[in-house]
Amino acid sequence: MDLRLALEIVSLTDPGKVRSQNEDSITTDNQAGFAILADGMGGYNAGEVASGITVTLLADGLKKALHARPPEQDQCLLVKSEIEKTNGAIYQTAQSQPQFSGMGTTLVCALFHDNRVIVAHVGDSRLYRYRQKGIEHAQFEQITRDHSLLQEQIDSGMLSREEALLSSNKNLVTRALGVDPMVNVEVQEHDALPGDIYLLCSDGLNDMVDDEKILLTLSVLGTNIKLAAQQLVQMANDNGGRDNVSVILVRVLRHFPARRGFFAWLSAWLKK
Amino acid sequence: MAKLIITLDGLLLSEFEIDKERITIGRNPHNNIPIDNLAISGEHAAITTVNNEFFVEDLGSTNGTLVNEQPITKHALHHGDEIEIGKYRLKYVNVQELGSKIEAHETGAQVFEKPPFLHPNQIPTMLSGEIPTSDMMAHTIPLIMPEEAQRAETARRAKIATETDLPPSEAMESHGVVQILNGPNASKELALTKTLTSLGKPGVQVAVITRRPHGYFLTHVQGDHYPTVNGQDLDAHPRQLEDHDVIELAGVKMEFYLK
Repeated sequence: MDLRLALEIVSLTDPGKVRSQNEDSITTDNQAGFAILADGMGGYNAGEVASGITVTLLADGLKKALHARPPEQDQCLLVKSEIEKTNGAIYQTAQSQPQFSGMGTTLVCALFHDNRVIVAHVGDSRLYRYRQKGIEHAQFEQITRDHSLLQEQIDSGMLSREEALLSSNKNLVTRALGVDPMVNVEVQEHDALPGDIYLLCSDGLNDMVDDEKILLTLSVLGTNIKLAAQQLVQMANDNGGRDNVSVILVRVLRHFPARRGFFAWLSAWLKK
Repeated sequence: MAKLIITLDGLLLSEFEIDKERITIGRNPHNNIPIDNLAISGEHAAITTVNNEFFVEDLGSTNGTLVNEQPITKHALHHGDEIEIGKYRLKYVNVQELGSKIEAHETGAQVFEKPPFLHPNQIPTMLSGEIPTSDMMAHTIPLIMPEEAQRAETARRAKIATETDLPPSEAMESHGVVQILNGPNASKELALTKTLTSLGKPGVQVAVITRRPHGYFLTHVQGDHYPTVNGQDLDAHPRQLEDHDVIELAGVKMEFYLK
């Protein structure tokens, strides 16, 4: 189905102030209703290759699967299996071409379907949700939990949150695409409401700009998300821009219930 | 290998190798580093090691713990840091951190431009607190250390940078103010202390003033009409505000100035 009337999507990626290459890759499709962001790693330009392959293959795979899918198939499984396929392809490339050996990438992907959002991620790229609660009040939540050494240390109680802020190995990821033949993808499903703004970002944003400033930006500029995306990237660069920074903002404009299949419609009609 | 060099009034007393996950310093004899001096509390401070990172922590001592002359409760140690307890000074020396820093500096090129991937198989061993085998150390340390040391260095530099020049709220010695010139709210002032301040009526015309390290910028956000600055229409691009610029939007005139 076509979600162009239900979703407004903007995206922006920038190499930052320090690095010459941009190893982040992003793609969005507001007709099929998905957004994908990958932050590549590996020497020379292998990081770019890994993240580039990931977003291209996954976008193609999702489009085909959404088109062909039998109506009742679980969307979570669909996303998961498409990511696993993509992982296999990058792993093969890394194995067969010595210049790409050891490359990998993080991934965060949001698929909007039937008034819900399916969020899948691997590594430390994040998805946040901004949700208006009443007129004055808004809720801003990090939906994904990083697959990083630091997060595991916090979870296991070895580090407190204060210590974590001091830690110097913020960027060691414990899961990535393309480094093993199998990948453990975390998939979640949430209700999506009109007015929600979803932010997908690479660690170049959340390492440089604290959550409070991101929230302020979304609450002030939520009506103009193109400007909000520019502002977020600009803040990361103003604070030093030590890494590539990428943001995708998705604003839900209205409800988007799935069109039911013919049989679903028929059975509903017969029950009347 | 990390160690502490303990001195008093510039005289070398001893050296202590940090070979445990946690070592304690204090007046009581059961401490790993006992220092019999009345200025030092029974349990004064502790040094903990988490994955090759060292932290010093004050254990609620009476006279406190300083690192590089700053009082701390908890501090991530870097090569060359000087811990001060009473009149005793403990210099933190980490040969690996120093060595890899030199190495990273000399070779210039980094194998990993991005965060290095830590293989999941390595983590359970490191997290469970088991002593890593020398074989494993050989695998993990060269992978992590140069990057880690470099990161620590950039993080420290960034910290110094933000402390000395940036933090938008304190360091910019003047801050912007917008004063309303007409209408019922005339002469009211709005201090621009936040990163973003929105002006106007939601749904009709909204503009935002962003505060950046090098000044204030006015940007159109919403509405069919664009705000004007000194009678000139704004376009879609942000415009840097000068002292005493007059902004007009949604029929309200206001003056921007630096305080």
